[in-house]
Amino acid sequence: MNANTPIKHTQGETDLIARFETARESLAGSVSVGALRAASLAQIQDKGLPHRRVEEYKYSDLRAFMKSAAPLAAPAEAAAVRQALNVQDSYGELDRYRIVIANGNFAPEVSDLADLQAEGVSVADFAKALTEDGGSQLLGAPKTAPGDGIVALNTAFVQGGVVITVADGAEVSKPIELVHVAASHGACVTRSRIRVGAGAKLRLLETFTGDAGAGEINAVFDYQVGDKANVAATRLIAGDAPAPRLCTTIATLGEGCLFKSLGFVAGPDFVRNQQFIHFVGENSEAKIYGVSMARASHLADQTLIVDHAVPHCNSREFFKTVLDGQARGVYQGRINVAPHAQKTDGEMMTQALLLSEEAEMANKPELEIFADDVICAHGATSGQIDEDLLFYLRARGIPEDEAKTLLVLAFLAEAIEEYDEDDVTAGLETRVRDWLAA
Amino acid sequence: MLEIKNLHARIAEDETEILRGIDLTVKPGEVHAIMGPNGSGKSTLSYILAGKEDYEVTEGEILFNGENMLDMEPDERAAAGLFLAFQYPIEIPGVATMEFLKTAMNAQRKARGEDALSIPDFMKRVKEAAAHLNVSMDMLKRPLNVGFSGGEKKRAEILQMSLLEPKLCVLDETDSGLDIDALRVVSDGVNKLRSPNRAMIVITHYQRLLDHIVPDVVHVLSKGKIVKTGDKDLALELEKNGYADFIDAAA
Repeated sequence: MNANTPIKHTQGETDLIARFETARESLAGSVSVGALRAASLAQIQDKGLPHRRVEEYKYSDLRAFMKSAAPLAAPAEAAAVRQALNVQDSYGELDRYRIVIANGNFAPEVSDLADLQAEGVSVADFAKALTEDGGSQLLGAPKTAPGDGIVALNTAFVQGGVVITVADGAEVSKPIELVHVAASHGACVTRSRIRVGAGAKLRLLETFTGDAGAGEINAVFDYQVGDKANVAATRLIAGDAPAPRLCTTIATLGEGCLFKSLGFVAGPDFVRNQQFIHFVGENSEAKIYGVSMARASHLADQTLIVDHAVPHCNSREFFKTVLDGQARGVYQGRINVAPHAQKTDGEMMTQALLLSEEAEMANKPELEIFADDVICAHGATSGQIDEDLLFYLRARGIPEDEAKTLLVLAFLAEAIEEYDEDDVTAGLETRVRDWLAA
Repeated sequence: MLEIKNLHARIAEDETEILRGIDLTVKPGEVHAIMGPNGSGKSTLSYILAGKEDYEVTEGEILFNGENMLDMEPDERAAAGLFLAFQYPIEIPGVATMEFLKTAMNAQRKARGEDALSIPDFMKRVKEAAAHLNVSMDMLKRPLNVGFSGGEKKRAEILQMSLLEPKLCVLDETDSGLDIDALRVVSDGVNKLRSPNRAMIVITHYQRLLDHIVPDVVHVLSKGKIVKTGDKDLALELEKNGYADFIDAAA
């Protein structure tokens, strides 16, 4: 079946292969979707889960971490979904619309569909769309994403999600929270396509709540941003979770648009937040931010490829990481500039603050430039809390713990503030405080 | 208020001895000036009072209102009423001045068992104090000391001092980097805080500051010891003749 030497499967891989056999009949999709799923599973079967000898996963060995794989979550019961939503507290009282995905599937009954319709936003069931003609196109991805192991894992097992379509020119007046609820234990594998029409404006809050137990969460967000559209996508991955949290953004940007994203990571044992950004239209801008916190022996990985395939686009990447205990942080950021993508302006910065002796940060900024008239810069720093700053605050009567909180918050807030989305600033800063107080 | 007895101290890292037996008693209501040449230990004394960890006390004691100050953490000393106006106020990016002031004031109140200030009460206090010191609202919104000029930094220090209402103020070369006008604003701010219940230690190189903040007692520090104590006229004498006479006396 394959030309490569067969690998010896780990328990996690064996579980995944068995999971596929069990779920195969119930996984949604047309014949061609089924073929894509099978091919993706074959990739896992042949190459295994992504591991440290794969360059992109050198610092985040999913294969070693994922010692077993839980079954896919069963369809959610309505009462359990409502209960999980009741205790959910992502952005407090923030006025927003809600779209819910529960145990991997769209839950229209708890989503604000009528209100969204009135704003020019339609929401369809991703699982259903997979069964329709052309459903397999929903699983397509631009050139930097398809070979990725986490995306392959998603394609093999995707249960459902939503297709959100924002009409041309629609400026959605409130943020939309796309809530992923785990109403019972089990893996949740979702994919959502977000189509933003020309000149439209969308603020999307991607959040996760509930207890998936030993089940991994694998969510892919596929943004197709129309000309002159304006999008901000804030992803919040927080709370305790023993199983992997794997999130992928795929963004395809049209002409003259602005795409901003912020990936906020605080808490789970193993988080990989990866983004593949593609400029296909000129004069567009991408502003990508990351804020990560990890302690104990946890891992927080922010990985990013920005592909400047066309001229006259700007990208800004700004990532902040705070690590304590024996935690590990990873930043891998690559800016590709194609040979004809002249006048590209890319600026990448990653900064880490290490609160303990044993914490470890891997910063890997990369520029791959084939054009000759571009401005690209990158920088990386790792350091400890400045003792002089700490002493100054303490000399004013602020106890040591509180002074450290103030300094860590100040460090992370730089990225949150530059992201400049007032709707989420307070909520995210509260999360930082919660993490520091835990 | 403050009793320093036979204080010996050195730099923790390389064990260089800086203070070699300081004795100093400061009573409520008094303003003491400490003068001395570069390297005499003036700033070291201020840092040791505030509790900076870079120094090690090898002998002697410091009593602050009867309590052993060397056993207290820097934040406990501040809550007990000590304030050090830094020679070089540090820039703290990302911490808004207003937020910092509120955190510091409430932390000290909490340590003393008092209730936190209400927002209107806090704002009122800040606005009043800021007006006297020519500190603009724009400055208060900016991160602490970031992008402040030398004069603005010193005014911000005195603003903190007036809001925190300390019992003992230690001013470490507050005049350095100030032009004449700024010196006047800062000195007026300090003089406003003089009271029978509050004491001050003013550390300076130059007599100039003491024209504005008139001390009750002047000490000359040389090679880690107080070599001469007098009234305000001692400062004038120093200005005229330099430190040479006293340095020789110490040797």
